Amino acid sequence: MGRPQTIGSQAKPQLWDFPGGLHLPEHKIDAPIRSMPLPKTLVFPLAQHIGAPAKPVVEVGDKVLRGQVIAEADGYVSTPVHASTSGKVIAIEERPVAHPSGLSARCIVLASDGRDKAAPGRTVEDFKALELVELRNIVRDAGVVGLGGAAFPSFIKLNPGSARIDTLVLNGAECEPYIACDQAVMAEEPADIVRGAQLIMHAVGARQTIIGIEDNKPRGIAALRKAIGEQQASNVRVVVVPSRYPQGGEKQLIQTLTGREIPSEGLPLDIGIVCHNVATASAVWRAVVYGEPLTERVITVTGPGIKTPSNLRVRLGTPVEDLVAAAGGLAEQGARLVMGGPMMGFALPNARVPAVKATNCILALRQADVRPEEPAMPCIRCGACAEVCPAGLLPQQLYWHARAGEFDKTQNYNLFDCIECGCCAQVCPSHIPLVQHYRFAKTEIWAEEREKRKADAARERHEFRNARLERIDAEKKAARAAKKAALQAKKAGGDPVGDAIAKAKAAKQAAPESDSKATDDPIAAAKAKAQARKAQKAQAEGAVPSAAAAQEAPKDDPVAAALAKAKAAKAAKQSDDKPDSDA
Amino acid sequence: MSGVTLSSPHLPVQPSVGGVMRGVLLALIPGTAAMVWLLGIGVLINIAVCVAACLVTEAACLRLRDRPLSPFMRDWTAILTGALIGLALPPLAPWWIAVIGGVSGIVLGKHLYGGLGFNPFNPAMVGYVVLLISFPTELTLWTVERADVATTLAAQFGGLGASALDAVTAASPLDGLRTGLSQNLTVDEARIASVFASGGWGWVNLGFLLGGLWMIWRKLITWQIPVAMLAGLGIMALVFWLIDGDRHADPLFHLMSGAAMLGAFFIATDPVSGATTPRGKLVFGFGIGVLVYLIRQWGGYPDGVAFGVLLMNMTVPLLDTHLQPRVYGQGKAGRPDR
Ligand code: SF4
Ligand code: SF4
Repeated sequence: MGRPQTIGSQAKPQLWDFPGGLHLPEHKIDAPIRSMPLPKTLVFPLAQHIGAPAKPVVEVGDKVLRGQVIAEADGYVSTPVHASTSGKVIAIEERPVAHPSGLSARCIVLASDGRDKAAPGRTVEDFKALELVELRNIVRDAGVVGLGGAAFPSFIKLNPGSARIDTLVLNGAECEPYIACDQAVMAEEPADIVRGAQLIMHAVGARQTIIGIEDNKPRGIAALRKAIGEQQASNVRVVVVPSRYPQGGEKQLIQTLTGREIPSEGLPLDIGIVCHNVATASAVWRAVVYGEPLTERVITVTGPGIKTPSNLRVRLGTPVEDLVAAAGGLAEQGARLVMGGPMMGFALPNARVPAVKATNCILALRQADVRPEEPAMPCIRCGACAEVCPAGLLPQQLYWHARAGEFDKTQNYNLFDCIECGCCAQVCPSHIPLVQHYRFAKTEIWAEEREKRKADAARERHEFRNARLERIDAEKKAARAAKKAALQAKKAGGDPVGDAIAKAKAAKQAAPESDSKATDDPIAAAKAKAQARKAQKAQAEGAVPSAAAAQEAPKDDPVAAALAKAKAAKAAKQSDDKPDSDA
Repeated sequence: MSGVTLSSPHLPVQPSVGGVMRGVLLALIPGTAAMVWLLGIGVLINIAVCVAACLVTEAACLRLRDRPLSPFMRDWTAILTGALIGLALPPLAPWWIAVIGGVSGIVLGKHLYGGLGFNPFNPAMVGYVVLLISFPTELTLWTVERADVATTLAAQFGGLGASALDAVTAASPLDGLRTGLSQNLTVDEARIASVFASGGWGWVNLGFLLGGLWMIWRKLITWQIPVAMLAGLGIMALVFWLIDGDRHADPLFHLMSGAAMLGAFFIATDPVSGATTPRGKLVFGFGIGVLVYLIRQWGGYPDGVAFGVLLMNMTVPLLDTHLQPRVYGQGKAGRPDR
């Protein structure tokens, strides 16, 4: 852990250090938020985040209002989708969406009527009067998800369960180059952020809020400090942290601010912390108090390939090409469009994909600004990657084993503690796309575990079937034996006592042993329990973003419910791992 | 898997293998200059011949193994291997020594194992050790003072035998010390001159030290291996010198003679064959330092860098497995303050 260091102008709070990291050129604009004109067509992917996709509740031809639910949550890790302006549903179909895989997904397509009529909403005077459950439901129904990039449903993180929370960390670090939307939100909506912090603290039972902001955002820092002063929020503090990528990673920011480390495979909850992005806090506040569902967000459209880099307030569902046009258009044909930042974002297949809740930045890079497409050299084991890894991993060993397909060994080198920040790949002199290898290895391991679970289930079914057949067989035999015994008894002169004995014998024989074992043998019971635990763990580890989690579990099945919970927790963790995620 | 990708991160990467190797070659300049000044033009000829041999062999190996020439021929690693072997050779060694060294380094030390990135042993040291074992006489042709160009050319290309060169060659300080000590002289009697006297190896080592520090500053190498190796050598020398100063040279002598600095900063830091974790590097370097002392003091060869490095290369898999850094969130987990 780190050497403590102090920085900042006011109280000089103690800060800790995280290992590794990089000083990257910032390229951040400091532009006011500009509202975009209403787009003509909007596209709403049903899956906007980790967890289950939403279920459409409108049909083609339906008229909808701004803020109206057009697809409802389906399962625990799921949130509804709202129309972001008024208009008519013109299609529900597969469309290209923003996803690293470049695949299409089901979307609701809306033609705007230009009137932007809002659906009536309800407002709340005093959030403290609400039951916590109700509060969470409002946030959920408003479709609020983390706005830092991971888009994990926020209401889940408003529910600490049995964990005791002392601190709410608001992530305003925004460490990736080019991304500047959080700074703009902090500078222009500081009051709502601070109020949101009070609301979240209330929901999770935290005593204090620390807003962590990198020292390169003086406007955001000043505005928030002012808002805190105006609201006399003595339980909210702004702490200025050094600018170093990936400072905005949830794990890194918490480490810098508190010196605590989230245990491997754990959640911030485990160390008494809840972490949200600053813009999410504002969205949570507006959702609860003004009844505003999440229908717009601030997106930075920037990069050397953009004529007028801007911070735009964008209706969700707006095609990326409209965003680019609103920022003056492309400076060079064939520029690479990236959704997200240059370190963790992904290249878009085309500019027609819509902006979604997770979109914090559209980055246009000219050919001259991206790494040249050239084959990688072999790893020369220089260790530069290990020097910069904030997770303390050995990227070169991970790469070695991932490349060789030795996925079990990658797990020995803690593959799943990798937060995919890209620092390693950024310094690798051999230009190896390391992160890509790690993602591939993770996907393979998940797939393997899914297969294994399937195989296990099949084997269990098979064994169960065998047992059943044996039992039937035994019953038949017993019945035959009973008959025989009865016959013999008759032959012997109708001995009622013997008859009874024979019958009892037969009955005993027929009683399948396996059944009694399963019910009252404590060892077997313990074994079954252990198996269930194991399955749960496997399932938890295997949770894939797209996997529908909770909705698969029948409500009355405790094991399935536990599984679903574990899955949700794991999904939460994965989303948390992303830097700049509001986690 | 091909490296052509649109995957994140998207920013251009500054360093390249070639860039790192070029940096290391630049850092060799001060030490090399001191050697030329001390020993004559033969040093440069050795390097040139050796580099040429390495490049030709590299190309041939890549061809034979059906690998693309261009990325690997431009990675500068063969040139660096050649330069390091060339620097290890005595300035009057015949040209074919340099050629054999270069060829064996590249073939036996690198491509037999699968080329760049896969060699468990330091290729330059493999090449040098092949020579040391096969041509021990030729490898002792160190000059007392700077050899003039004519003598050098005659020795390197004219087929002047070792015996004919007796007049101009002599033992290096380490050699002299060994011989002297074996004749029961004390260190002071055996030592030909201070390492910093004119023609002293101290200046050469100082040159390489300078280049090495520059590399650390430019982040071309990390500090662990050189510091640990010099510490290992220095501590061993200090202990034995304190025990019996008449029979053991002082630490400064050991640190400033032979290939101590060249080894610490340029040879032991070969990334491919060295330890790769921070703690692994410390043990790796320290081990080399200790071995160098043991070999200098009691082994069959005057200097021990080559064998020290090769022996420690064998421990690398073990070191890397057992000396991993602590992973975030593993072991010590943060707890709430209260
Ligand atoms: S930075 Fe690249 S070449 Fe160096 S050890 Fe890491 S993966 Fe290998
Ligand atoms: S991508 Fe993973 S391995 Fe690479 S530096 Fe980040 S955490 Fe470490």
